[in-house]
Amino acid sequence: MSAALIAFQDVRFSYPANGRPVFQRLTLDIASGTATAILGPNGAGKTTLLHMASGWLKPQAGQVMLQGLPVGSYGRGELGRRIALVPQSEHIAFEYSLLEFVLLGRAPYLKPLEMPGPDDARIALDALARVGLAGWGERSIARISGGERQLVLVARALVQQPRILLLDEPTAHLDLGNKARLLALLRDLVGQGVTVLLTTHEPEVAASLATHLVLMRGGQVLQTGSLAEAFTGECLSATYGVPVEVAQVHGRQVVLWGDIPP
Amino acid sequence: MIRTEADLSPAAGLSVARRVTDRMRSGELAWLALLLIVALALSLFVGRYPAPPFLTPGRLVTDELAQRLVWSLRLPRALAAVLLGMSLAGAGTILQMILGNPLVEPGFLGVSQGAAFGASLSIIFLGNAAWLVQGSAALFAFVGLGLSYILAHRLRYGGWVLRLVLAGIAVSALFSAGVGMLKYVADPLRQLPEITFWLLGGLWSMTWTQLRAIVPITLIALLIMYRMRWRLNLLALEDATAFSLGVAPNRERILVVTAAVAATAAVISVSGIVGWIGLIVPHVARRLYGADARRALPAALLLGGLFSLLCDDVARTLLAGEIPLGILTSLLGAAFFLGLMMTQKIQRQP
Repeated sequence: MSAALIAFQDVRFSYPANGRPVFQRLTLDIASGTATAILGPNGAGKTTLLHMASGWLKPQAGQVMLQGLPVGSYGRGELGRRIALVPQSEHIAFEYSLLEFVLLGRAPYLKPLEMPGPDDARIALDALARVGLAGWGERSIARISGGERQLVLVARALVQQPRILLLDEPTAHLDLGNKARLLALLRDLVGQGVTVLLTTHEPEVAASLATHLVLMRGGQVLQTGSLAEAFTGECLSATYGVPVEVAQVHGRQVVLWGDIPP
Repeated sequence: MIRTEADLSPAAGLSVARRVTDRMRSGELAWLALLLIVALALSLFVGRYPAPPFLTPGRLVTDELAQRLVWSLRLPRALAAVLLGMSLAGAGTILQMILGNPLVEPGFLGVSQGAAFGASLSIIFLGNAAWLVQGSAALFAFVGLGLSYILAHRLRYGGWVLRLVLAGIAVSALFSAGVGMLKYVADPLRQLPEITFWLLGGLWSMTWTQLRAIVPITLIALLIMYRMRWRLNLLALEDATAFSLGVAPNRERILVVTAAVAATAAVISVSGIVGWIGLIVPHVARRLYGADARRALPAALLLGGLFSLLCDDVARTLLAGEIPLGILTSLLGAAFFLGLMMTQKIQRQP
């Protein structure tokens, strides 16, 4: 395992509006070039973890390090060129065309008052094609489905050409075909050396993509390790607080949960 | 999904990209700008001298009074109308984008009612000298914004945008109560008509001196809006997302909102309250030119200038006595808005 690309060191964090700390002393290393899935029940702090890794939320104590330097010591543009965030969902109040919207991902590469040009547009159209929306550049974002919108958010992140890709439940609204396509795309990216960190509520998504797992509950890391170490019925049961079994079907790992017949 | 070969070949991809970005760059906006310039020129011939509605070019050459009229009354007034419309429409676009809500306008942040209160206060207690009323109106426009901002920080309900809008509504209500009180104590013969006329809005008192006073700040604010137009799209995103795209969301939002309010405060300090432009013009601009503020903002500026200019032409020509501009913009604006919303005929150009 190579040196940590992103390292959480004794991180304490609470949202200003409510005093309850999300993390007390969180310590976690994400290695470069890995695909790490964060699993955990609702409210475990998964999204907060991604927002801290992106540099948007700052720890009240401890440090979040990026390649050995505090995330806060990087310039905004530099962070935007290294790290892209795909939010769970996004409220978009205006009817952009998909191309206009995805082009926003070029912002970190532009000077303060510069605007994207034809080269940027080409990168944006390529990104749309990579998520399976080739030729959709002029469609209105208000007239596509929730799953297609999620793909558009991924395309915008690809346009940032990041070294680190953070995804918050990227498969939540996708049908099986799009889910398979997105996972293949993410696998490609990992193959090209991009570090992928994603949260998910679907253990199978983690099993089919991730090289590493982080199991969280109540702001604490219960278990981290390689997929083989952490993707067990025992660990997943402890994480979700319901019985979980991992079975093998055609060499793929399948998860049974809740009332499992004996 | 339809995939054609053209979509997939890289060379064709590049040409699609060129076509799309070229169109974003200029195109129909140049025609709109030309239309505004022509309208501005024609407006100089519109009016009630020597007889409504037109002054003939021949008469302008021979009649010295007509020349003085055009030069020292109609021209500054027409220019002010254009600046007024541009500022209100630009500010409306910015507030709508930053608040992520297509139904807000500068009035929503306590700006307009603050200005109304400032003007009324000055008319009653300081006197009705133009510079006093305007200065007080501009000052209180900013006080309105500042109060909304501070209050929004203290509210313990909803997200930032909702809190800002709620705070703005509360501050506006506070100031309109204040205006009501001031109207009640105002001298009904001397002061009340002044206040009423100011609240109705109009440009009848426009001179070169007044125009010169507002031009620098308005132009600087409009320039900031224009140069930031593409980034407005980024500022319309949620905070965490905007940050991940390398944007300093709050700092940049404060910059563009300050520009928007400065322009609004400057123009309404001389015009009084002119409603609806800031709400409908950005809508129309987005309908016609797409949501991307790179085109929607310049389009809103041009359409706003044009709409305000034409309304003012009607306001000073239609009747022997002047029609307050604020009444006309509300009347035409609301009618146009309803028509637009009900027909759905005007679609985004392909």
